[in-house]
Amino acid sequence: MLGLLLLLALALITISFRESESGPLHTAQASVASALQPLTVAVERVVRPFRDAYDWTEGLFSARADVAALRAENEELRQLLIQNESALQRNVELTRLLEYVESPRFPSDFTFVAASVTSQPSSAFEQAIVLPVGSNHSVELQAPVVTGEGLVGLVTRVEPNLSRVTLLTDAASAVSAIALRTGAAGIVEHGQTGDSLVLSRVSKADNVEVGDEIVTSGWRQGELASLYPPGIPIGRVTYASSLDTDLYQQIQIESDVDFSSLDSVLVLVRGEESASR
Amino acid sequence: MSDVAAIGFLVFVATLLQATLFASLDVLGGTPDVLLLVLIGVALLRGSVQGAVAGFGGGLLLDVLTLDTLGMTALVLALAGYGAGRYGETTGRARAHAPVLSVVVVTVAVALLGFFLHFLIGEEVSARRALVESLLAGLGLNLLFGGPVFALCRAVLRPFQPGERVTEVRLLG
Repeated sequence: MLGLLLLLALALITISFRESESGPLHTAQASVASALQPLTVAVERVVRPFRDAYDWTEGLFSARADVAALRAENEELRQLLIQNESALQRNVELTRLLEYVESPRFPSDFTFVAASVTSQPSSAFEQAIVLPVGSNHSVELQAPVVTGEGLVGLVTRVEPNLSRVTLLTDAASAVSAIALRTGAAGIVEHGQTGDSLVLSRVSKADNVEVGDEIVTSGWRQGELASLYPPGIPIGRVTYASSLDTDLYQQIQIESDVDFSSLDSVLVLVRGEESASR
Repeated sequence: MSDVAAIGFLVFVATLLQATLFASLDVLGGTPDVLLLVLIGVALLRGSVQGAVAGFGGGLLLDVLTLDTLGMTALVLALAGYGAGRYGETTGRARAHAPVLSVVVVTVAVALLGFFLHFLIGEEVSARRALVESLLAGLGLNLLFGGPVFALCRAVLRPFQPGERVTEVRLLG
């Protein structure tokens, strides 16, 4: 029986393979297929819901894959957005620095070295930042460092291509300052908490009020002169009181500079060409 | 329903479903071969001759419905039905793993033979696609569908009882 079936199958293959499309076997095949077509169509209609169900399920799997791909793309775009926002923020900061440099408030006998901050204060005990500019870029020891918002600190260590800036919020910092409105003189120092600053040694006779702007005094006495040029903004008075038991007024000031997130600063350089890094 | 009619019905329905439904169920590059599974079920339950005839008939019908080279599938499935039937009649008799083993061996053999025949008549078929990707996925699907299909075959074709089998051998000569 098997041999007969195999012979028959081989004969069908041979004839089907050799004869033309219009040959009798092809015609017979097409006729039978046509005759069975209604049945096939009927079965196809019956099974279509099952096939649709399968397609729907398969679609779910591909949808999951699509979701994963879209999530990855979304993450990539989010990273890009963050980079763009960061660049925009940096652009705003640099523009602000440029406006400050071009404004009348910028010290007349100084030029600047612009630098991005490479190291932020590592702890509450280290109120200092590191800049990628040094003596090779004309940065000198004890050069004032500013931003468009005001005074940042003083260069306390200089290497050929690095410099360390001690911030105004460091306990060791002290800046001679005056209230811009009345000329009341004092010393800006680190306050009791966090980034707070105080204006100390202001006589009770001097008039200082909340909201007064405090700037560097930039004094000069013979050969001695302040490290800071005059007129650099330091902050605004947020609290002022005068107790009978105190020798001086108690004045708290708040700087416009955000010492916790410094990105770009200007190192003031006496009478030299400006550079940036 | 007589055995022949039941086998004919099973094979006919399986062929129609294979052509209209299961051939389009592409899972990981493979498709389940329900006609082959029915054929294995018939062959294991009824023997090699019935398996070969059912395979030939189902294959021929599939060739007609799909307008493929006439006789190609018929030849492959006739051999598959005969082989599965012979296994069922001899070493596979009353063994629980016989259907699973049959599905694995016959599926691989059908893929190899089909590839060989298509190669002989000059049709370009990717060996990697036919013998690796499609075969592995198809084998998995056949094993998955095998259980329900064999259960259906057992329900339609009642297995022989011990007493119904040939108990005497007539010596010739």
